[in-house]
Amino acid sequence: MDKLIQFQHVSFEYTGDEEGKASVPVLHHVDLAIRQGEFVAVLGHNGSGKSTLAKHINAILRPTDGVVYVEGIDTSDDEMVFEIRQRVGMVFQNPDNQLVATVVEEDVAFGLENLGIAPAEIRRRVDGALHDVGMYDFREHAPHQLSGGQKQRVAIAGIIAMNPKCIVLDEPTAMLDPRGRQEVLKTIRRLNQEHGTTVVFITHFMDEAVSADRVIVVDDGKILMDSTPQEVFRHVEKLKAVGLDVPQVTELAYKLRKNGIPISDDILTVPDFVQAFQKIMEA
Amino acid sequence: MAIIKTEHLTHCYSHGTPFEKTAVKDINLEIDEGELVGVIGHTGSGKSTLIQHLNGLLKPDSGKVYIDGTDIFESKEILQKTRFKVGLVFQYPEYQLFEETVEKDIAFGPRNLGMSEDEIKAAVTHAMESVGLSDKYRHKSPFELSGGQKRRVAIAGVIAMRPKVLILDEPTAGLDPKGRDRILSLIESYHRSEKNTVLLVSHSMEDIAKYASKVLVMNQGTVFSYGTVEETFSRAEEIEKIGLSVPQVTKLFDMLSKSGYEINEHVYDLDRAEKLLMQLISQKGGKRRAE
Repeated sequence: MDKLIQFQHVSFEYTGDEEGKASVPVLHHVDLAIRQGEFVAVLGHNGSGKSTLAKHINAILRPTDGVVYVEGIDTSDDEMVFEIRQRVGMVFQNPDNQLVATVVEEDVAFGLENLGIAPAEIRRRVDGALHDVGMYDFREHAPHQLSGGQKQRVAIAGIIAMNPKCIVLDEPTAMLDPRGRQEVLKTIRRLNQEHGTTVVFITHFMDEAVSADRVIVVDDGKILMDSTPQEVFRHVEKLKAVGLDVPQVTELAYKLRKNGIPISDDILTVPDFVQAFQKIMEA
Repeated sequence: MAIIKTEHLTHCYSHGTPFEKTAVKDINLEIDEGELVGVIGHTGSGKSTLIQHLNGLLKPDSGKVYIDGTDIFESKEILQKTRFKVGLVFQYPEYQLFEETVEKDIAFGPRNLGMSEDEIKAAVTHAMESVGLSDKYRHKSPFELSGGQKRRVAIAGVIAMRPKVLILDEPTAGLDPKGRDRILSLIESYHRSEKNTVLLVSHSMEDIAKYASKVLVMNQGTVFSYGTVEETFSRAEEIEKIGLSVPQVTKLFDMLSKSGYEINEHVYDLDRAEKLLMQLISQKGGKRRAE
């Protein structure tokens, strides 16, 4: 089972529940496959449909048309919701909305307790998850004593304690300062590399997308681009047209190319740029 | 004359408890009228504590705050006036919208100021224009609007009081790149047309380099530096040492200079970067032709 998540021709609309309100189509015939172990960044402006897409991965939303499979399980099957949510955990934007307990370790244990797992096993998994996110020393703290980045890491620990195959993070860094953003990103990257956890990471920060294996750009409920970061960020104008941005060095290389300088078009980082610039200067 | 001045400003939280923490200590700062100041610093660096003193929401444990030459804690009347003179837009201000219509929400401040109905109407119109909201939104419920629009309504509510100083705490947090640019360019053009003083708290060095005239860097409850954008980013290494970032182009030029290219200035914006690189490339071309 190579494909962990599969979207087949998925469309979705929010139905107008009040009389006279038309339904709002959000996703249009999306086809998408995500393999086990991938680190996928999802970009798109507000209202592009990227959060709607993400919520389909763990059956918070189900397609109006088409099918979503998680490890071969159809997410529309009511009886399988818990099976799906054990495989795919979700972390949201606001760290203050996700923590339910008054002590960090109790919060991490919350999901496991609901599954009726034996106390000794809960202890083992909670400790393991807190170590994985670097928050073990804070296990007896109250969530309100933590910074935003620390809260998000506790939220992530609560998810990984459930041993999911995939974590979907919907703008987990949007409300954090640069240090908090780095903490969260590092944590997720480590989970991906060391545990092989599949990561679907929605963000507005292009520098975070640069480090993904794969970047998906969503616009108007469709997948506009789906490729490596190098390939996606090559399309500076196309990205700007859909309200997105590129890293400063990528834009700078683009400006030089427009001036007729043959600098390469797959620059994403400062060292990339320096290397390419040296080539130009030595040519 | 300085519109904002602090003398030995110190503030402690949870005074006299085991959780006592000095949030800002001995801050001496003078900000001239008409500046657009970018304020940067970590969570916990004291920047939020500092800005809450500037309109009297927090009272210093010791030290003074002067706005327009007046000690704002001198009397209740002065403090009251300061609250209108210095407009503060909090983080995620859209959560504070509460009225039935955009117009009523924006009019809330001016009405409390005791303006006449005509004045209120003019203030609302001006504020809506300043944040790029067309008149058709006037009678809409703020809750029908998109996130970015709601935020602009909230900012308009503060602008409508015509503050001499406008302070915005991370006005772009959570917005997408287009929304970020929109808000920042609106703030810039508002600043340019009003010629008032604006303080902009941001985590984005790129944005600060692009829009601000001065930069205030806070670290561990003290002022690390206050100066022009160029002065600030000329200390790129020190700024990175205290855990803050500098714009990516600044890093790039540092690295190019270390690789042996002749770069005699600190670069922090894209246009300048483009010009300098084009110069370097054309000099190389020139040399080659001369050989």
